[in-house]
Amino acid sequence: MRAPASDLPIVLAAVGVRAGTQDILRDVSLVFQPGAPTAILGPNGAGKSTLIRVAAGLLQPSLGSVTWGGLSAKSLQRRAIVFQRPVMLRRSVAGNLAFALAAAGCPRAHCAAAVERLLARVSLGALHDRPARRLSGGEQQRLALARALAREPEILFLDEPTNNLDPAATKAVEAIIRDADASGIKVVMATHDLGQARRLCGDVVFLANGAVVETAGAADFFSRPRTEKAAAFLRGDIVE
Amino acid sequence: MSGFHTAMELVLQGDASLYAIVRLSLLVSLSAVVIAALVGFPFGAWLALTRFPGRDAVIIVLNACMGLPPVVIGLAVFLLLSRSGPLGSWGLLFTPQAMVIAEAILVAPIVAALARQTIEDLWLEYRAELEAMGATPLRRVGALLWDARLSLLTVLLAGFGRAAAEVGAVMIVGGNIDGFTRTMTTAIALETSKGDLPLAMGLGAVLIAIVVAINGVVWGMRSYGERKAG
Ligand SMILES: Nc1ncnc2c1ncn2[C@@H]1O[C@H](COP(=O)(O)OP(=O)(O)O)[C@@H](O)[C@H]1O
Ligand SMILES: [Mg+2]
Repeated sequence: MRAPASDLPIVLAAVGVRAGTQDILRDVSLVFQPGAPTAILGPNGAGKSTLIRVAAGLLQPSLGSVTWGGLSAKSLQRRAIVFQRPVMLRRSVAGNLAFALAAAGCPRAHCAAAVERLLARVSLGALHDRPARRLSGGEQQRLALARALAREPEILFLDEPTNNLDPAATKAVEAIIRDADASGIKVVMATHDLGQARRLCGDVVFLANGAVVETAGAADFFSRPRTEKAAAFLRGDIVE
Repeated sequence: MSGFHTAMELVLQGDASLYAIVRLSLLVSLSAVVIAALVGFPFGAWLALTRFPGRDAVIIVLNACMGLPPVVIGLAVFLLLSRSGPLGSWGLLFTPQAMVIAEAILVAPIVAALARQTIEDLWLEYRAELEAMGATPLRRVGALLWDARLSLLTVLLAGFGRAAAEVGAVMIVGGNIDGFTRTMTTAIALETSKGDLPLAMGLGAVLIAIVVAINGVVWGMRSYGERKAG
């Protein structure tokens, strides 16, 4: 069997997203390459979540084009996303995973073993039968990550995966992200947390007000930002 | 108060004609609810998940149908099934089947309208995740129906409540024939008008006890389901 063609690089060319009269994204041109995780940084309302949904292929841009591995219309099959506020299905932890696996086309016979493997990967094995909606925030986030990993994605989009989590839960989520990165999955993550971007990411896309202000390697971005806006953002000033 | 004692005696002695009436009532109501569910759940789910011009009007009409006056439905079914009516050749008028048809027509809009609302609310919540998981349309509908099952159980209960309490329509199309189409509600109406209050009260007590018992069972199923699935 021939390996399916790669979805990378993802190329956004002059992408615009408009809601009513508001431009949520303006003239965004970006390339997501294989390699270390990419951080999407920017203040609240900058358009990070919208950019992620466009790059994942879940939102059709109003202007411009997106291609995955050179193709403009491709099934979602090789991409997975964890939303900013993941919704747990009204099922057990294992039930959530089994559904994600089935939707991703995992054969029934392999499903039970795959559930156990994924639960172990996110350290939720002990909560197998717990209703997913009763989990803590950090546990729900880990289950959402497991559901995304169930798709065996080539690219994993994460939208502020540690928002509202305490340091211990954040550490657990970051370990899963590192593990995904080490297994060859390209991670693209929006985050508020500059420390997290420093710890995990190889390059940075800095968004403000719906436009890309700066793209750079992570080390360069944090030590010598090229734009005044990025410098102000790194200092903790309010960026419009 | 002596009426009440006589009523309790009838119930406790297991009066045969009383229990025949109870059995028929339950059979008719439950059959009507099953038929209404078979029609109402798929229709409600379809309406929840599709968009077309005039959809709002369909929802308004459907919601309004929840309040259809039973005697009018009874009259319509009577005209359909009467010997000179379009379905007169079926020979169903004044049979339990005719009562099931009338009650199913009364209950189906309730099941469909409440199911539509329930499923649509869940769809709004699940939509982004189900799309991101790449779930096929069939799998999406399956997930919505399954995950809404506890609420849909309550929808069935509302339908059963209407069917069990119904008197006007079953009186018209069933005819309240002793030993054949007499239900708890029509018997209560008849015995009250004849002045046989003990039998009417006994039947009333049984009817209420059954409705409460069924609600209790469903409540138990719900709490158990919620503990399991959250
Ligand atoms: N569907 C929508 N309709 C209208 N405005 C939207 C919609 N989605 C997002 N927005 C607006 O677009 C801006 C960017 O949103 P978002 O991408 O969520 O930003 P971020 O994730 O960086 O906080 C916000 O001002 C938000 O209110
Ligand atoms: Mg966001």
